[in-house]
Amino acid sequence: MLRIRNLEAGYGRLRVLKNISMHVKAGEIVTIIGANGAGKTTLLSTIAGLIRATSGEIRFRDQEITRMPAAKIPRQGCVMVPEGRQVFASMTVEENLLLGGRALEGGAKKELPALLARQYEMFPILRDRRAQLAGTLSGGEQQMLAMGRALMSRPSLVMMDEPSTGLAPLIVRDIFQIIVRLREEGNTVLLVEQNAKAALGIADRGYVLETGKVIIQGPAEDLLANADVQRAYLGREKIE
Amino acid sequence: MTVELFIQYLVAGITYGSIYAIVAIGFNIIYNTTGIINFAQGEFVMLGGMLSITFLQLLPLPAAIALAVLCTMAIGAAIEMLFIRWLVNPGVLRMIIITIGLSILIREAALHIWGDNVHSLPYFIGNEVSTIAVLGARVSPQVLWVIGVCALMVVFLNVFFQATSVGREMRACAANRTAAILCGIDTRNMVTLSFVLSAGIGALAGAVMSPITYTQYDIGTGLAIKGFTVAILGGLGNSLAAVAAGLLLGIIEAFSVSIVPLAFQDAISIAILLVILFVRPHGLFGSSAAAGLKEF
Repeated sequence: MLRIRNLEAGYGRLRVLKNISMHVKAGEIVTIIGANGAGKTTLLSTIAGLIRATSGEIRFRDQEITRMPAAKIPRQGCVMVPEGRQVFASMTVEENLLLGGRALEGGAKKELPALLARQYEMFPILRDRRAQLAGTLSGGEQQMLAMGRALMSRPSLVMMDEPSTGLAPLIVRDIFQIIVRLREEGNTVLLVEQNAKAALGIADRGYVLETGKVIIQGPAEDLLANADVQRAYLGREKIE
Repeated sequence: MTVELFIQYLVAGITYGSIYAIVAIGFNIIYNTTGIINFAQGEFVMLGGMLSITFLQLLPLPAAIALAVLCTMAIGAAIEMLFIRWLVNPGVLRMIIITIGLSILIREAALHIWGDNVHSLPYFIGNEVSTIAVLGARVSPQVLWVIGVCALMVVFLNVFFQATSVGREMRACAANRTAAILCGIDTRNMVTLSFVLSAGIGALAGAVMSPITYTQYDIGTGLAIKGFTVAILGGLGNSLAAVAAGLLLGIIEAFSVSIVPLAFQDAISIAILLVILFVRPHGLFGSSAAAGLKEF
């Protein structure tokens, strides 16, 4: 579904991503883990077109999207849920969701009411708060709204940037359950997380990013068992 | 003060106030999508009046005004596409200096095209001396045109922003630009649209006010200052508050003539602007918390 070859990107002269190659198959949850500043968010932003790749190639469903304008990429079926719950704070919950359906092509717009009902079914709390301004929601509710908004365009790939950041453990559990449910319903998820243990717990495969390079990759169970990963990201061994 | 005089001042205040409100809403529309103040906003009003007067030589009045509004909208779009669109991460200061430069450019071009004479459109109904009685006071029918058209524009803009999907997308662009892009909204087109809308409402206001206020090449500057005062007074970005603030400033100005000489009328709005900037920079109706989050 998504295939990245030798991708390089950065900010100005600063090169953040170095020679990244990875892929995501349909129906998978793939996670990218790594410490702060490893380039995880930069990688997602580059796929979403917010940052221009300096070299390399991003192919999505057999189509090159490397230089496609960011606003066109959601229409291809690749949406990103940004970090920090970037909802439209001054607009209502329902308006936020409807804006998510903006990426649907002409004829599919008729499905908007059905899609809206679907998001309310998946996130019942949003139905209760549909007329409320998004800025007045709690952190967890805003994260759910950001996810619901992305799902409104019936994407083939959902990219989530740190959905658990700053949320209470109980809510993090809910969010991860929803991600698992998304896969059960046939969605494909690319998940960036600092919470490596939780992410690897639900993912099929994972990539470990360090200073802009993929240093380890493999099935999630293997990464969970990997001694280097455990030491660096899972905190099993204390550094004395 | 007699009741008739009071109403006379009040109507004059509301008339000017609604023009200020339209200029302020023009500021707000562009501010909301770009975060900048377009200081060429007053020039859109001038162009609306001047172009209508020119087209009137060839066309009937409604067609002349419609064409003038469309031309000004095209100029607004051209300004955005030529000077704003291709800037990558423009700083607020740079954008403001660009718009000030544009306002000088348009003003000087107008001086060359139309000269420094005072022009005006004919009264839409009747002439300079025809009046309608409003609660005992005599009011020119053109005044009712100005107030009515401005009120209609406010209603239209509200419906547009609240009930249409394009309006919703423009608000989304204002609320969170990155999230708007991630929803597949082309934010650059929204910025162009905001210039077109601002130019259009400014030009229409410029045309309907022309018979009573007259149009000269340099009226834009004064209107921009008044409109800016109103936009700040109401709280930047808040269009309904701009209507209230516009009417307030218009009425204060109108009644001030009975206390201070007419020549000081402009000083009042500048004084209000300064006081507001010092005391309540987030405006009368804005919240200070929201203002703290704004870059400018």
